[in-house]
Amino acid sequence: MQFIKDRFNYLFNSTKGLILVAIAMVGMVTAVWGMLSGPMAEMGVREIVVKALGMQIVQAEREGRIIILYHSIAMAIIAIETYMVTGLLKMKESFKTAINAMITVGYILTMVFGMGFAYFGRNWAFHGLYITGLSLIFFAGVLLIIALNPWNREYYITDKDYARTKSGFDLERAAFFATAVTTVLSSLFGAVPGSYYGNGFETFLAENIIRIPHKTMMEYSVIGHLHIMLALIGIMITLIIGRWLNFKGILHKIAMPLMILGTIVLNLGVWGVVTPLEPVAHMVIYVGATPSMFAALLLLIWDWNKLIKDGTAHIQKPNLGHKLSALVRDPLKFGPTWQMLFMNFTTSGIGIFMAVKLDEIFRVWPAREERIELTGHWHVLSAIIATIILLYYGDMNGFKGKLRQWYGWSIIILSDIAFAAVTVFEMKRLFISEAEQQPLVNSLMYAIDFGLGMLLVLLAILLGWRLIDLFKPQGRWAEELDHELTEEVDR
Amino acid sequence: MKRSIFTLSLLIALLASCAPVDLNAPMPAFETGIDPNTWAQVPAGEFHLGQHEDMAFTEAYEIMVTDVTAAQYADFLTTALTEGYVKIDGENILGYYPGDEFRGVKHEERINAGDWLLIPLNDPSQRILFDGTTFSVQAGYENHPMTMVSWFGAWGYCGFYDARLPTEIEWEKAARGTDERPFPWGEEIARENANFYSSRDPFEDMSSFGSRTSPVGFYNGKNYDGYQTRDSASPYGLYDMAGNVWQWTGDVYEGMHYRFLRGGSKDTYDMDLRIWVRNNATPTYFSPGVGFRCVR
Repeated sequence: MQFIKDRFNYLFNSTKGLILVAIAMVGMVTAVWGMLSGPMAEMGVREIVVKALGMQIVQAEREGRIIILYHSIAMAIIAIETYMVTGLLKMKESFKTAINAMITVGYILTMVFGMGFAYFGRNWAFHGLYITGLSLIFFAGVLLIIALNPWNREYYITDKDYARTKSGFDLERAAFFATAVTTVLSSLFGAVPGSYYGNGFETFLAENIIRIPHKTMMEYSVIGHLHIMLALIGIMITLIIGRWLNFKGILHKIAMPLMILGTIVLNLGVWGVVTPLEPVAHMVIYVGATPSMFAALLLLIWDWNKLIKDGTAHIQKPNLGHKLSALVRDPLKFGPTWQMLFMNFTTSGIGIFMAVKLDEIFRVWPAREERIELTGHWHVLSAIIATIILLYYGDMNGFKGKLRQWYGWSIIILSDIAFAAVTVFEMKRLFISEAEQQPLVNSLMYAIDFGLGMLLVLLAILLGWRLIDLFKPQGRWAEELDHELTEEVDR
Repeated sequence: MKRSIFTLSLLIALLASCAPVDLNAPMPAFETGIDPNTWAQVPAGEFHLGQHEDMAFTEAYEIMVTDVTAAQYADFLTTALTEGYVKIDGENILGYYPGDEFRGVKHEERINAGDWLLIPLNDPSQRILFDGTTFSVQAGYENHPMTMVSWFGAWGYCGFYDARLPTEIEWEKAARGTDERPFPWGEEIARENANFYSSRDPFEDMSSFGSRTSPVGFYNGKNYDGYQTRDSASPYGLYDMAGNVWQWTGDVYEGMHYRFLRGGSKDTYDMDLRIWVRNNATPTYFSPGVGFRCVR
């Protein structure tokens, strides 16, 4: 009994245990449901999985199913980010316990009963529990806002290396707070149309209505919601990585006000989409996105500069080779910001190019081609965020030496191969005709499947190791039990 | 050594992805026994429209049992050229369209009255041939759906024979009948029901040219040299209302120049073959995966 109690205590009452459980849940859902589409469907694996698991696939419910699937994964990711925030930032212990407990119950209810409702028959009790889960996550968010309150003088800072006002108001904490507040508010832009569309099935995927000139307020709300939530998850992971790496100095002082400004303006723009201000909302979104992305760039510059300085400290006059070697010496510290940079080629760059050339190129193609670009680039963005989490999680596991190198570089290289291939796939019509595309498509699919497949194998190995570790009396889990993320922040 | 093997494999993969595709690779020839000149009667009345099954009503109409074939289109072009209904401009066939009302809505583009592209003749995927006076079809493609045809080309064909393109509602009713089925033949889709992406039909080779069109009415329950199809007609007896080629519909909507396509194609996954799925493109768009049929 004590055996189970100790493990349960680790898995559900320690920051690293909670993160491990959420990663395992996401990993399992991704592995199983990844077999229902794309090449797996082509190879006939989908039919086997559907039959083996007794799924009830109703054709008219596909869009509703996918929305619940997205939410199930996204809620676990939000829970992971929340654990990281409560583990990295100062807050009352009672708040931390309540937030973590509420969001854990919330995302597990959402995932288990949401997927149960969506894929295993319309059991309305399951739907109720799915909504309960989402509601708990919402209230955990409200509690997080209270816990993060940057105006609480307890959290004022004196260290002049960090962004703060003269009185000591912590601007980094304010950036976390602004992101949490806007995330909670933006979730309502999904909750309201979610309720409007009723049972979760009489709904639509945003990419299918993009070209319809007149959209209802509820349709705009859904489109705004999905964009802003993903952007906010991205902003939050940037702040988390900054805190883990101990981002500070002059660039921190410039970045944090920009992050606050960008987050607020970006949200105002997206919320504006559902108001009569819709015609100018996109301009506001661009204005908001610019400072946020610039702040992320400052984090990248600071991080790379630090990695180079630390790695060449022992060399009197380091040359370019020394500097490059120092930069890539630790893939877990280099990886997160590299992935942020890489994101510009696969997501932001594609998005901007599409916006600039929309009528000239993309809207000349059929809507289904445009859909590939849209879904491709936000799947890549989501997956990049996931790889950043996995890189940070590798550090949490205390990987050292060759293991650290193999783990870190595997994540970076495998994911980037897949993401680059997805990006070429999205843009293929720029350089190849439909009739001639098949060999290229095949090669890209191999690259995507190889990259993502091997990444999942890596994750499976990691989770398998962690599972075995749980059976050890004094395994890694016991070390992590009372270890908090703040203790691992770079000094 | 290991590094060389890796580099070599990568190089081979890259070269394979750049391999030219033989667009004229041999095509199996099958007679389906379905006459493309037949029309089906669709009675007036209500039916379930769309994914969420709203009720809609149509008057009675007739619709072609199959997509317009390449042979039918070649005949049309030959006659229409003689009568001055279409004209040749370099490598393009043009036809007159009276234009749409322009409302200046965001992203809307002007469709003015004038001559518009019906089909291009110089595209390597075009199966229509022209010898200076007469149009013909590349051997083997006669009973395949007419593709590489713009919306204007489809509109012009139907209009020439005193018919028209179906509205989206008419198209959907013809595909679905009066019940709530997601596919023209029923509730589920199998590879032998329709020509879709990687459906392993006799016309595709995913290692080289990928998917190709199948003859109209191919999925009629017949066995073609060992390839057994399922009878996949719609409740009104229409074939290929899911898969093979997307079909242009006739609606011109206020504030947008896009024209809508229905039915999915040889290039799309089965989810796009569901009856209510919509696609759209500019009316000048043409592709090896787009065709049409007419109503009257």
